[in-house]
Amino acid sequence: MNDKRLLLGDEAIALGAINAGLSGVYAYPGTPSTEITEFIQNDPLAKARSIHSKWSTNEKTAMEEALGMSYMGKRSLVCMKHVGMNVAADAFVNSAMTGTNGGLIVVAADDPSMHSSQNEQDSRFYGKFAMIPILEPSSQQEAYDMMSYGFDYSERHRTPVLMRMVTRMAHSRAVVVAEEPREQNPMSFPANPNDWVLMPAVARRRNQELIKLNEQFLSDAETSPFNKLTSGKDRSMGIIACGIAYNYLMELYPDGCPYSVIKLSQYPIPTGLVKELASASDRILVLEDGQPFVEEAVRGILPTPVPVIGRLSGDLPRTGELTPDNIRPALNLAPIETFDPCPLVVPRPPALCQGCGHRDMYAALNEVLAEYEHPRVFSDIGCYTLGFLPPYRAIHSVVDMGASITMAKGASDAGQHPSVAVIGDSTFTHSGMTGLLDAVNENSNITVVISDNLTTGMTGGQDSAGTGRFESICKGLGVAEEHVRVVVPLPKNMEEMKDIIRQEINHNGVSVIIPRRECIQTARRHAKKQ
Amino acid sequence: MQTDIILSGVGGQGILSIATIIGATAITEGLYIKQAEVHGMSQRGGDVQSNLRISSNPINSDLIPTGCADIIISLEPMEALRYLPYLKRDGWVITSTSPFVNIPNYPEPDKLKEALEALPRHVAIDVDTLAKEAASPRAANIVLLGAASPFLGLPEAQIENAIRNIFARKGEQVVEMNIKAFRAGLEYAKGHARTKPA
Repeated sequence: MNDKRLLLGDEAIALGAINAGLSGVYAYPGTPSTEITEFIQNDPLAKARSIHSKWSTNEKTAMEEALGMSYMGKRSLVCMKHVGMNVAADAFVNSAMTGTNGGLIVVAADDPSMHSSQNEQDSRFYGKFAMIPILEPSSQQEAYDMMSYGFDYSERHRTPVLMRMVTRMAHSRAVVVAEEPREQNPMSFPANPNDWVLMPAVARRRNQELIKLNEQFLSDAETSPFNKLTSGKDRSMGIIACGIAYNYLMELYPDGCPYSVIKLSQYPIPTGLVKELASASDRILVLEDGQPFVEEAVRGILPTPVPVIGRLSGDLPRTGELTPDNIRPALNLAPIETFDPCPLVVPRPPALCQGCGHRDMYAALNEVLAEYEHPRVFSDIGCYTLGFLPPYRAIHSVVDMGASITMAKGASDAGQHPSVAVIGDSTFTHSGMTGLLDAVNENSNITVVISDNLTTGMTGGQDSAGTGRFESICKGLGVAEEHVRVVVPLPKNMEEMKDIIRQEINHNGVSVIIPRRECIQTARRHAKKQ
Repeated sequence: MQTDIILSGVGGQGILSIATIIGATAITEGLYIKQAEVHGMSQRGGDVQSNLRISSNPINSDLIPTGCADIIISLEPMEALRYLPYLKRDGWVITSTSPFVNIPNYPEPDKLKEALEALPRHVAIDVDTLAKEAASPRAANIVLLGAASPFLGLPEAQIENAIRNIFARKGEQVVEMNIKAFRAGLEYAKGHARTKPA
């Protein structure tokens, strides 16, 4: 059966994993990775096989749950956006130390140009840091094929495998040819049970083994079916094109590229291929999306006999995603004649939906805070981040998942009042609960607004881990019952909301206010279903 | 053949359903396809676009280079103009004329109209009114698809088949409504396509 389907890069990964005998996907929603897990949640074969696909509370719990499934001999997949790697990092790096039993692939979806993110970090550094192989697909078909390859590889060498991709691959569709699904693995305990107990004596041995294994990873990258050195006639330049950058390069040479090219989709960087390219080229151009990971490695610190150019040298933009346009100058291609940008066009930034509960929450909060001289509002990651923009201009910080509560506490420690945190329901369970415990333990003078829309809104309305239990979670962490306040954020309740906010700001200690009303996007969807 | 299409609009207007129908038609025709979409934060009332490429040969880049798009199909007039640098010098702009005003500094509608009419090859169409008259206000995006269909390099009958297949599960009435909308757009484009020397 050769099944042809038009799939997003994310969906190709999902289908590839299912057909490679997946037993569980573990993930927290995050653009541009969300659609991988959503595809598995809706796939008939995944349902028939009872493949685990419920959302995890955050990326660290996801990574650890997947490692537990790997321990039991089954194939598991972990998916997250690039900044999720920071949350999962402890478990991720140490999974290289334990090694795997069932195949384990970690997908990190990077977001160069920051379409939906707060930074441009390149997950390949995490793969190198953990000393494990990295796959970087150049097409949707390759993304599909790499799942079966990656799981086999993971089991053969008892190593987790990192797949790194970028927004343009995750959210672009192409036809993918799928194969017959493989059976799932039976349950089995690891053959080397002691490897999983990372006490120093074991860890020292495992570290040596992992370093030794890296020689194997390198020689496999030299001969990988996903890496390819093509010779060209013109030796004035040689090109290393990583992942999706290979497509942009080929786009500009429809009749074939005159230069020698390494298509690079499996790491560690194949040093043999790079040396071969260098011997056939007067200089090397590195095309890579994200940070200059390969360019730095190939160039080193001291001058090399073959000059290396790319993002570091200024021949390519230092930041932002690569495009067929911005690589042209580095290839000495003439600019294309275009229409001039139309001067009438103005930016149209995203905004909170009309009728959204976050709007009413910010409207009430702004009115009350106007009564104080220097209020500060520390916010968090979610739709309500848009409260920074007009008309609300309500927040003073957005840093990472959960930082609202802890930064409000730190500011309060420094003497700030009112010190307000605004966090969403899903972000609160992801990384806000531990910070709230810190605040309770010191009776910090902060006001925490958990703006509860019963869903993970910004990524499209996925289940939220704490729905229906926020009052009991807050009380369980030690917030006094009379300072856990619930209100329905609607214009008609404005006076009630303002009274509650004012009372709790004036309470000297930890307060939690929960404005609760369903996200209007999910409410509309629920209404349609009925 | 190769047709590179930029679809644009405001989050929630429904550019992706246009892409789905063109994509399904291209696959029936045995063509290669790549379609880069926008998901996530910018969908909340912000500007959205999709790069759709169909070709009889394998396609490399998911993104259309500047100056290379054959058509811009837009559900909003200012959003059509946003992507002008991507359009070929002899490319077509097919756009709805109804402004979607959700920002305080939206340009004056008359100036927008002037800028659109200055384009060498364009179809400016009041899809909302046409959809209301011909079918249903909900079919505005299918009217626009109809207006774009002469320029796609795809047989119009096959596009109609794709519409039938995609709306089939919603019932015959919805299918017929969308076919009517499609034909209304197509007829309009035949009578109102404007060309002048570039």
